[in-house]
Amino acid sequence: MNKQLMYGTHALAEAAIQAGCTCYFGYPITPQNELPEYMAQRLTEIPGGVFIQAESELAAINMVLGASAAGARALTSSSSPGISLKQEGISFMAGMELPAVIANIMRGGPGLGNIAPSQADYFQATRGGGHGDYRIIVLAPGSVQEIADLTFRAFDLADTYRIPVMILGDGMLGQLMEPVIIPKPRQEPLPEKDYIVSGAQGRQPRVIKSLILDTREMEEHNWKLFRKYQLIQQRETRWESYLTDDAELIVIAYGTAARIAKGAIKRLRKDDPNMKIGLLRPITLWPFPTKAIKESLSTASDYFVFEMSAGQMVDDVLLSLEGKGRVHFYGRPGGIVPTPAELARSIARRYYQMKRTRKR
Amino acid sequence: MKGRIVIDGELCKGCGLCVHFCPRSAVVLSRKINAKGYVYAEPDAKKGCTGCAVCALMCPEAAIEVSRE
Amino acid sequence: MKRIYVRPQTLRPVPMHYCPGCGHSIIHRLIAEVLDEMKLREKAICVPPAGCAVLAYNYLDIDMVEAPHGRATAVATGIKRVRPANLVFSYQGDGDLAAIGTAEALHAANRGEQITVIFVNNAVYGMTGGQMAPTTLLGQKTTTSPFGRNVKTEGPPIKVCELLAGLGSSAYLERVAVNSPANVKKAKSAIAKAFTYQLRKAGFTLVEILSPCPTNWKMDPVAACRWIDEEMMTVFPLGVIKDLPC
Repeated sequence: MNKQLMYGTHALAEAAIQAGCTCYFGYPITPQNELPEYMAQRLTEIPGGVFIQAESELAAINMVLGASAAGARALTSSSSPGISLKQEGISFMAGMELPAVIANIMRGGPGLGNIAPSQADYFQATRGGGHGDYRIIVLAPGSVQEIADLTFRAFDLADTYRIPVMILGDGMLGQLMEPVIIPKPRQEPLPEKDYIVSGAQGRQPRVIKSLILDTREMEEHNWKLFRKYQLIQQRETRWESYLTDDAELIVIAYGTAARIAKGAIKRLRKDDPNMKIGLLRPITLWPFPTKAIKESLSTASDYFVFEMSAGQMVDDVLLSLEGKGRVHFYGRPGGIVPTPAELARSIARRYYQMKRTRKR
Repeated sequence: MKGRIVIDGELCKGCGLCVHFCPRSAVVLSRKINAKGYVYAEPDAKKGCTGCAVCALMCPEAAIEVSRE
Repeated sequence: MKRIYVRPQTLRPVPMHYCPGCGHSIIHRLIAEVLDEMKLREKAICVPPAGCAVLAYNYLDIDMVEAPHGRATAVATGIKRVRPANLVFSYQGDGDLAAIGTAEALHAANRGEQITVIFVNNAVYGMTGGQMAPTTLLGQKTTTSPFGRNVKTEGPPIKVCELLAGLGSSAYLERVAVNSPANVKKAKSAIAKAFTYQLRKAGFTLVEILSPCPTNWKMDPVAACRWIDEEMMTVFPLGVIKDLPC
């Protein structure tokens, strides 16, 4: 695949197909309609391709559950309200240890909200919007290329750890057109799955379930999931550090908010070259880059957390810093996408405030 | 036509459907109790079983094996 | 003497947890008999409900995927689309299918999903202790309709087969019962027919089975079977509601 100009939603769909996804179950909701529309066309060209526009996002996630239990790589996508409807299904798949990829192209909320880009589903995604002790891997792309790369990777992560994986984008990333190179499919076939249902031919029947009535067994199952999550935290945590080596103030932002922050930092550093500010951009929102943030205390004293929400990831930053350093929060909920200039002004104010306190 | 049934006392829950539907009333609830505390059914030796298998047809527990000449 | 009936192979040799005289056990047995006779044990995938029959995977010796309450038809849809050669059927109660899972059942039928639904109608929510179900009869007392179901506030019982019959791609819908030897025989052949239609890609198939629930109806098993004849069948007549062979 060479470089093409693609929508974020289309790049997500195409990358999924190149990753071996053969099943897509969706439902119309702005701002991600282009994704089911793309799949409705494209999956007819894929051997064994299955496309269903389900009667609801809730039905769609349960079709994903079935397709995944039958051994297929399955994808569903929606936007905030639709993702709320999928939470029970996601909790079930976490308990049943079934792989799946779920894309949330976030929009303004709560409630019907609006169709503008937002980051207000961070808690829902990273704290588990469903019931029970479970986690899902949450990947936050910052560009159309990264949407493609992370989606492609999401299917391997889902299968490797037998866990639902969420791509957390937003309305802007979804609607953005940027040049992208879609990852090439692997040559060798996907690894065999020894837990799926296919009819008990020449083997014992398999049961894929999450009901465990015996409390001791259920506890052991929870600790087994917990050990898996620890392993994922050790191996799969990803972030990007931009100009943080000498940074005294570090901006922490992900996705579209990180793009805006990078623009603001470039602008500020051009105006004042010895302004020591940088950006730490979490790419995996779960597992959260706690260690990287903690280690940045060696140079930084101030943290500027910027989210397109009323403040959710800021909690994880505070947890990571364990009370050290000063954390400032700048949020624009409701679908507002601030300009880099606006952000630069606020960052600069914090930065020079910090410089004054350092002199005293 | 002669028939015979064997009832697995441990599977039977004494629901009485076989007793009720047997056309020859050749099945009765015995006085014996199984491990689960259910009084279980037994063929009534005094009555002639024709092996029609109606009892097995109704048995929720598939506890009845039917033989016929 | 020749043995003419033994416990079906596909029904595991373990006691079932159902109450004495429960229709679920009879229906499990019929499904196992049909799977044995049609040699489908190794092709079958079942989606049990959240309800009394959630533990069906302990009894039927076939591949199973548990669905959230009400979502069995959606899960079965996902399985069948990925594995069209398998026999895929959901096993659902009246709350599972006609209350929380109505949309999934209705749309699976309308899309003509090549799945079979074994729909067990026992007029109450069994596992949770006998609450009112969409198929509870008018005037029938349950733990959540203590004064009897009232048409003014709860509406009449929902007739699922008739409801789905109007949908384009539902191919075979029959209502049977397991409250007498003759009815049990008919129920078995309806299940076999539904499976046959599925394998012939006739479309969506559903068998609604009136089933006794002695414990929650507060009757002994024989009285429960009689109640189905005298009361349930006046509201839920038996018979083929739709039959479009492919």
